Amino acid sequence: MTRALGLVRTLALATALFGSAAGAQTIKIGVNEPLTGAFAASGTYVVNGAKIAADEINAKGGILGKKIELVIEDNKSNPTEAAAVAEKLITSDKVPVLMGAWGSSLTLAVMPKLMEYETPMVVETSSSGKITTTGNPFIFRISPPSAVEAAAFKGIVDKLALKKVDFLVINNDWGRGTAEDFSKMMKDKGISIGLVETMDQGAQDMSAQLSKIKSSDSETVIVTTAVDQLTLIFKQAAALGLKKRIITTGGSQNPDQIIAQAGAAANGTMHLTTFLPWFPDKTPNPEATNYFITEWKKRGFEFAGCTESFRGYDGIRTAAAAIEKAGKAEPAAIKAALWNINIKGLNGDIVFRKSGPEGKESGQSQPNVYLIEINGGKVEMKTL
Amino acid sequence: MSEFLQHLINMLVLGGTYALLGIGLTLIFGIMNVVNFTHGVLYTFGAYIMFIVVQQLGLNFFLALPVAVLAGWLLGAAIELTLLRPLRGSDIDTTMLVMIGAWIAMQSGALWIWGGVAKSVTTPFPEAPLVLGPVSVSWLRLFVLAAAAMLILVTYLLINRTSLGRAMRATFQDHDTASLMGVNVDMIYTSTFAIGSSLAAAAGALLGPVYVIFPQMGDLAAVKAFAIVILGGLGNITGAVVGGFILALAEELGAGYVSSGYRDAMGFLIIIAVLIFRPTGLFARAERVG
Repeated sequence: MTRALGLVRTLALATALFGSAAGAQTIKIGVNEPLTGAFAASGTYVVNGAKIAADEINAKGGILGKKIELVIEDNKSNPTEAAAVAEKLITSDKVPVLMGAWGSSLTLAVMPKLMEYETPMVVETSSSGKITTTGNPFIFRISPPSAVEAAAFKGIVDKLALKKVDFLVINNDWGRGTAEDFSKMMKDKGISIGLVETMDQGAQDMSAQLSKIKSSDSETVIVTTAVDQLTLIFKQAAALGLKKRIITTGGSQNPDQIIAQAGAAANGTMHLTTFLPWFPDKTPNPEATNYFITEWKKRGFEFAGCTESFRGYDGIRTAAAAIEKAGKAEPAAIKAALWNINIKGLNGDIVFRKSGPEGKESGQSQPNVYLIEINGGKVEMKTL
Repeated sequence: MSEFLQHLINMLVLGGTYALLGIGLTLIFGIMNVVNFTHGVLYTFGAYIMFIVVQQLGLNFFLALPVAVLAGWLLGAAIELTLLRPLRGSDIDTTMLVMIGAWIAMQSGALWIWGGVAKSVTTPFPEAPLVLGPVSVSWLRLFVLAAAAMLILVTYLLINRTSLGRAMRATFQDHDTASLMGVNVDMIYTSTFAIGSSLAAAAGALLGPVYVIFPQMGDLAAVKAFAIVILGGLGNITGAVVGGFILALAEELGAGYVSSGYRDAMGFLIIIAVLIFRPTGLFARAERVG
């Protein structure tokens, strides 16, 4: 028995030593995503997209002669956990750059840690304006802030003849930020704003909010939340006989999943997305889009996840490009290099422009935004 | 007016499921005096049984419900036999810690088996709702309300009208006297915990298809169940039912007419008020002291 225990201990020690020795041969990228909790579906898609990018880069020989290694941690859809995970990735795994943290509230919670340890992070999904305007020079965002979504939406407002709009948004920085930015844009256009209803990120029953919206005198509802809650909203809206036009924002809708789970209730709804996997030829980089979609399907993932997973793919390619440009896997060099990269993302060129207070600007790329409509269970593109 | 009627219908549907959650816990927490942190996990467990039977095995939805109830009963009995029986007689803190451990272990187990991504269950009910003038309600939710009402009635009769129910009440009132009167006390402990657990699993099996199924779904349900039990008075079945409807009413009207951001806070504000003015719960009878 004692001998067996001794053997186990030796083995554990050997694994630990071998593990760290092997670690030196790779370049680590920290991935901080929600794999459980309210945003589990979305975070898992992003991580799977990130793995495709890492495998693609490694198959071509890696960067700086080394393979890249993703150190993936679950932030549990919880801001406190997101900050703890970031600290663990930086101090214990010694990653020189991170990607994360999906939700705006999660990313905002991580930001002070980036300042503390002077480590840059590629933000792949979050859309709250605050992220790039509060003066955190370690933030490099490739997703559109909600004000950019609102501006892109401006063009179609007249065509849709919007008069009065209600909001139903997730009660966090993402949802409230979207309601604010869209309200501002719509008021400028002379559209009146009715109700602004919120829901907790873990809430499963939105009937009370939807009943209130049903009796209001607006004709359109703007809904902002992630896919799991969205499918519930579509089902519950149908059960209440809510007949208003529903438009969703944020790009985390996975329209195909809504069609599959909400059925007829999804018809006539519109969605602002940041990727067009249905029409690869209409994306800014058709060849890369086709490669990504083929690879995604080859791995047996659901097509619905593409609208979310491409963010992980682009995020890791952004971080890898910066490491290559920096010539070394060190946080300060990567941060400087991020300002000089220019890569073809699946949703437009990734080039960072300065955003936020002078002297401590964050980087913000300018991705495209699209409006799609679900009709007869199919996705159609609308011109913005 | 039509908005108010719709809120009332919503309250009725939601209240039925809250009541079901409450009565399962009031048996265990109120009568057995075990602070049951596994109640939420059993709720989750019932929902996953529905997922396995309906989605993975492709069997009938209505067949899956009794399977989930039975599975909940068995898991509850297993928890009682392996964790609670050896701890009988130890203080409430020890039991509480063990139950917290069981909760974490079982929730992580669900995460390990099924992953964190939410699952949904298809139901045989039509998508188009039942429309009654200005209000409408989905057929699935009506079915859930009817099933919950039936389960509540069965539990009430079981506790108050059967010899098993009488033995249960006797055991938890005075364990030694009941034993002297020939009641198999060990059996009563196991069955009470198993019945409470099967009710939690039933609530999960009914609500899983209404919402989505994921490993942490039971956490909020358990918090609400505790709130309902405290609201209605420990061990009081009628109290748990009424408490469930009061919580649903507070949430609906709170979200509808005050602020939807505070929806989940409304119920707890009421509970604070109850604890201040009627600490034994709304429906507790006067108790003998000493």
